[in-house]
This record gives sequence, structure tokens and C-alpha cells, in this order.
Amino acid sequence: MAPGSVTALARAELAARASYGRLLAVLAAPTGDIAAAEDALSDAFERALITWPRDGVPHNPEGWLLTVARNRLRDLWKSAAVRLSAPLAEGALDGTARDGARSTANGPGRTGPDAWVGSAGTVGIDALESLDTEAIPDKRIELLCVCAHPAIDRAVRTPLMLHTVLGLTAADIAAAYAVPEQTMAQRLVRAKRRIRATRIPFVLPSLTDLPQRLPAVLEAVYGAYAIDWASAEPDARAVPDSLAGEALYLAETLAALLPEEPEVLGLAALLALSIARLPARMSGRGELVALDDQDPALWDTALIERGERYLRRAQPLGRIGRFQLEAAIQSAHCDRARSGVTDWAALRTLHTALVRLSPTAGARVALAAVIGEVDGPTAGLDVLNAVARDRPDTASFQPFWATRAHLCAEAGRVADARAAYDRAVELAGDERLRAALRRRAGALPPG
Amino acid sequence: MQYSLLVISQESGDAGITEEDMEWGRAAFDAYGKALDAAGVLVSADILQPVSASTTVSLRDGALQIQDGPFADTKERLNGTFVIEVPDLDAALDWAGKCPAAQYGAIEVRPSAIVFTDGEWHQVA
Repeated sequence: MAPGSVTALARAELAARASYGRLLAVLAAPTGDIAAAEDALSDAFERALITWPRDGVPHNPEGWLLTVARNRLRDLWKSAAVRLSAPLAEGALDGTARDGARSTANGPGRTGPDAWVGSAGTVGIDALESLDTEAIPDKRIELLCVCAHPAIDRAVRTPLMLHTVLGLTAADIAAAYAVPEQTMAQRLVRAKRRIRATRIPFVLPSLTDLPQRLPAVLEAVYGAYAIDWASAEPDARAVPDSLAGEALYLAETLAALLPEEPEVLGLAALLALSIARLPARMSGRGELVALDDQDPALWDTALIERGERYLRRAQPLGRIGRFQLEAAIQSAHCDRARSGVTDWAALRTLHTALVRLSPTAGARVALAAVIGEVDGPTAGLDVLNAVARDRPDTASFQPFWATRAHLCAEAGRVADARAAYDRAVELAGDERLRAALRRRAGALPPG
Repeated sequence: MQYSLLVISQESGDAGITEEDMEWGRAAFDAYGKALDAAGVLVSADILQPVSASTTVSLRDGALQIQDGPFADTKERLNGTFVIEVPDLDAALDWAGKCPAAQYGAIEVRPSAIVFTDGEWHQVA
């Protein structure tokens, strides 16, 4: 392979990563047919891989890809329109019209929900023809809103975002979620079919709808970060390394597109500040290191500064929310890198505010841990017992037992601490977390 | 895009509603129908008679079967339909939320696949 072709390949791959979501959003927006846009776009990328090394990289790679994909879509819609002009075929009223099975797509007199693309395709062609390939609009936020639309199953929203906006394959996403690839592929196909069949619009929610719609979008983006911690199998966790970087990319994209939404900035801050500490999360021996034991010298200072900037921009907007508070909590922890000590009093204020705003079991257990640091282990255990009374589901909530074990140990209740560690180990999904808990239990004094 | 807003609720006879409730319902549905009409999105609207007046026809098992009663006997029933023509699902959901029946029942929103107009079946856009 000639040296020049390597560069061209690298350019094509870079264009692929940077442009995939932008181009897919623009191509799918007019008709809502994400699957057709994906097919057209992957054809365009394939052609780029053949022709760019041979003929050189075009001056406007994204515009080139868009033009090729647009031509592919136009061909598809034209042939669909021809099929539709034929009289309605027999069988149009049977199951194929109901669930829109793609298997009928090549048969004579293709019908079913695919068919609306025929007339919508005319609209689609017009919309795509009028695009300026030198200044391609960014419709990724509309695509993110489609993925997190209330008519889409909550469980598939994050995978759908990773798949459509970042171009992750079903196999990658399946590995992160520890489910079979076939299962994930099926969920994605169904969701895309539903978007097209019910015609979920690619629009920015109106200012009145945004407060209602945005939390689901932020939740789904945060979900991409959270699966890194939640997925159980150590092998699966190793596969995409982590989706934390992808989650940060989505959050920062949102922050660039909605710079006046404090919770969007709060989410970007939270992810930047959390991810900044990942390098210290594992010891040289592959052991999990608890936050308070981490060496701040290993934290990513540039990423911390980036997170702090988002948080500073959110504050003057004057609307506090869950993600801003969680980011402020992370910021307080990160401040140890500068001051050398953890400001537990500040953390107590922030955790108290978070519980008031969003009284989840996780937030309440975290507050109990902080109160244990500030007012002593007995006070922390009192708060924890109150949580257990209100929320019977804490009986199977791993952080509850880990916190209880820690506070019991601090209070000198060794037997209780040991029992709580045992329960925490049982409930921990991650083998590295189990090992860390066992080490802590092993360090308990005899008794 | 054409959507059917399917009104799923208890029947008035089962729900134990008062004349006062009925009065509210008449006024609310009157206003809703007129709002759909004024917005130019209404294709048709029906409030159905009770399922006791329902007869179900099927040839699924080969021979014609005509049965008294609804297709599925459940506590909540299909009691009305509003067929509307709007650009997308968000608009349809918006109208569904405004339906008075959403306050005591549920509105299922289903896009149409094929409709019969001008003497023949058409794919709907």
C-alpha cells in the first residue's frame, strides 16, 4: 500500500468518527427512516474507502459523503415511489401492513409502513437537495431527542444514542450491556422501525416542551457512563474499555448545542470530573481503589479544569438540578488534589441538597456516609437505619451494605461490620469490587 | 400522517357516573371536537354505544362467525375513536392529551397504515 493511501484511509476513518452522527441525523431527519439513512451512509463510507486512496481525499470530505449518500437515498425513494404507483397488491391488509416486516420489501407491490416513504420520500428528496454541502447543519440534538422520545422504550434509549449518534455497532453495545449481540441488534431494529412507523419528528422540542423532554435525554446520555460501572462481567467491561468517553462526547455535544441549559452543563461537568479520576481507580496490581484512597496526582487535571468550567457556566443560569449538584459533589472531591484534604462539611451541604431534590436510595445512602465522616459513625448509622426503614429495597442495594460495613467498622462493631461486608460482597456484580470489599473485611480487627 | 386516537375507558354504566359528570363530559367533548375541527385536523370522530350493543364478526377459523359482545372482554373498553390528520406523532400525542377521556381513561394513539378514500385503498403518507 502506498504511503499516501494510508493517510487517505486514516482521513476516511477520522471523517467516519467525527461525521457519522452529523450525517446520519441530516439524512434521516426528513423522513425519520434511520435504517435507510444508515444503509445509504455506509454505502458512502464504503465508496470513500475505495476511491479516496485512489483519487485523493476530496476538499470537503463530509460534503462528499453526504452527496453520495443522498444519491443512494434518492434512488431508493424513486424505486419505492414506482412500486407504490401500482395498485395495492393482495395481502396488503394482512400482517405485513401491521408490523411492516422488511422481508416484503423486495416482493411485488411492496406495501406496509415502508410505503409512506414513497410520498414522504418526495419531501425527503426536496429537503436533502436544498442542503448546502459546504455548511451541513447539525441535527444531532434532534436525533438525541428522537432517541429519548417518550414513545421509545426507556431501556433502548441509551443504546440507540450510541448506535445512531456515535455509530457504535450492535456488537459493541451488546458487549457493554452484557447481552447477546442478536438481542441488542433486535432491540435497535425495533426502535428504529417504531420511529419511522409512528413518525416521531426530528425536531427540537419547543421551549415549553424542553423542560419536560430534556431530563430523558440527559438520563440516557448519563446511562452511557453508568453502564461502565453497572455491567457485571469483567470480560465484557474490558471490551469497549468503557463507554465513559462516549458519554462525555455526547454530553459535550449537547452542551455546545444548548449552552444556556444549566443541567446540560451540569451533566458535562459531572462526566468530565468523574472520568478525570478513572486513571486512579485501579492500582498497579489491578485492584479497585476507593475514592478517598486514590492518589490525586493520577487524576487528569485538564479534564478536571474542563469540568469546573462547565460548572462555573451553569451557576449564573440560576436553575439548580440533580446533575449540577452531583457535579458539585465531584468537584468537592477533586478539590483534594489542590488542598490535600476532603471538605466534608461542604460535601454534607451538597449531599443534603441532592437528597432534598432527588431522594433516591443512592443519594440517601451517600448522605449517610458523609454524615458518618462529619458527625461520627453512630450518627451515620442512625441515618442509614432511617433509610432502611423507609426503603425496604435497600436490603438488596449493594452500596447500602458497603456503607453500613464501613460505619460499623469505624464504630468498633466488628461483627456487624463483617456481616455487612459479607452481604455487600454477595450483592456486588463486579469481581474487582468484590475483591476490594473482601480486602476491607480482611483488614478488620479480630472480634 | 393519519392517526386514530382510541378512547379506552370504563363504560359510563360501570363507572357509576352522575348526571353532573355527564354534563361535564358533554361540554368537554363538544369543546374538544370543535377544537379539532377548527384546527383542520379532524377526519372523523365517534363515541361508541356500549359493548352490549357490540357484535363481533370473524372468518378467522374458516367459517363466518358472528358473536355477540366485544372482541376482547375487558374492564376497560374501546369507547370512541378520533381519526386525525397531523404532521407527526408529537402533534397526535398533543391532541390525545387534550382529549377529555384522557382524564379518566387512556388514549391509545395508532398511526394508520392504509385508508379507503375516493373509492379505493391508499397508502397513507
